[in-house]
Amino acid sequence: MAQYLPVLYAIAALGGLGILFGLVLGVADKKFAVKLDERVSAVRSVVAGANCGACGYAGCDAYAAAVVKGEAKANACTPGGAKTAKAIAAIMGVDADALEPMVARVRCQGTCENVSPRYDYAGIPSCRAASGIAGGPNACEFGCVGLGDCVDRCPFGAISIQDGVAVINDDVCTGCGVCVSTCPRGIIQMLPKSQTIVVMCRNKAIGRIARLQCKTACVGCKRCEKQCPSDSIHVVDGVALIDETTCTRCGACILVCPMHCIVNFYDRDIAGEAAAAAEEETLPKWDN
Amino acid sequence: MSPIVKILLFMFSCVLTHNYIFSRFLGCCPFLGVSGKVETAFGMGIAVTFVMTLASLFTYFAYYYVLVPMKLEYLNTIAFILVIASLVQVVEMFLKKSAPSLYSALGIYLPLITTNCAVLGVTILNITEGYNLLYSVLNGTFGALGFLVAIVLMAGVRERLETAKIPAPLKGFPISLVIAGLMSMAFLGFSNMFAGVM
Repeated sequence: MAQYLPVLYAIAALGGLGILFGLVLGVADKKFAVKLDERVSAVRSVVAGANCGACGYAGCDAYAAAVVKGEAKANACTPGGAKTAKAIAAIMGVDADALEPMVARVRCQGTCENVSPRYDYAGIPSCRAASGIAGGPNACEFGCVGLGDCVDRCPFGAISIQDGVAVINDDVCTGCGVCVSTCPRGIIQMLPKSQTIVVMCRNKAIGRIARLQCKTACVGCKRCEKQCPSDSIHVVDGVALIDETTCTRCGACILVCPMHCIVNFYDRDIAGEAAAAAEEETLPKWDN
Repeated sequence: MSPIVKILLFMFSCVLTHNYIFSRFLGCCPFLGVSGKVETAFGMGIAVTFVMTLASLFTYFAYYYVLVPMKLEYLNTIAFILVIASLVQVVEMFLKKSAPSLYSALGIYLPLITTNCAVLGVTILNITEGYNLLYSVLNGTFGALGFLVAIVLMAGVRERLETAKIPAPLKGFPISLVIAGLMSMAFLGFSNMFAGVM
């Protein structure tokens, strides 16, 4: 029996230390308990929990904390999708506006009619391959190649090539963003569904060259910039870009664009609306 | 030699000649893992200093007042791991409650230190070298400051590497290892600094 004593001592010593530290930790946990916002754990329980970092935070815990602090949007959890966004919105009491659905938009109008071919491409039918050869088969080296890499990659069949340009069906698009990274020209952008006013060009060449390349190229004239009442359209790198977070969708830029490269997706009668509004201002008001 | 001078020499030797990373090769994982930015490297260094000092103190008591009386000296490794892990947990809770700003600044590094071999290394070296309580704690504090110096130096070099032109096969981790080796050789220059007095 005596030879087993050291074993018993060892068990007693380590077990004792373990229990002692366990007790200390237990007491410390109670004593140093920090009151956390219960919404943090509630949000944490509804997000996807993959710690994938798609939301831009270090992990699901960090994202949940940021949501409760109001720094992060409720719909930033991509893997969780609409279900998670709704659940977070319910916890946080956010209204539906914050959960604006996103759609992908192809910013190019380089149809066969508008842009002339540079050369006859007869290689493998891939935008990535074609765009690497002498600036691509179209005169404009910034626009849609039209060979349908995005069509192949779209998991929902929302994209089709119409007249040489990729067109995305808003009603089918789920906003997954796969096409954005697929496009070798980088002309597809994720935009809120309500952002129907889009600069349909990414041509960064100077005006004279851009005009030669495409009939509807942005020439960087800055007329839209001057017209915009909310200062949300700017010419960056020689091409106009709308800041969708401040754009009021008034459509003032559409009317002044000489190249007709700013487009309203839903074809509102912007000219008519503006005329009506102007008329309303000039007419004397009878009702007061 | 007066005891004050002896203690001062001991401190310097902990930082320079017996640097935990460059001459004992302990704690190489965080040294390479979190030396991307000077700021985070400094945070890690401070956290290590904090924990190493406390760990030296507590393991001293655990060893001489629990393990030695029960003749269980051979269990020091596992007992020290237990002490360090619990200590880090308590420190984390304490900081979360009393110093939230420090807690968030140290962030993930605090729990990571639980598995830092430099911390365990210090506590075991304290025992094998036979240091008394004062020397144990000093060894912990100044050994960790040596770690701090090393990791901040490394982070400074790596920040510059970001923009440097490096041959493709050496990019990233390989060049970091080469630099760690060169820095280690540079620190070898201190090796006999206190040879005559220690």
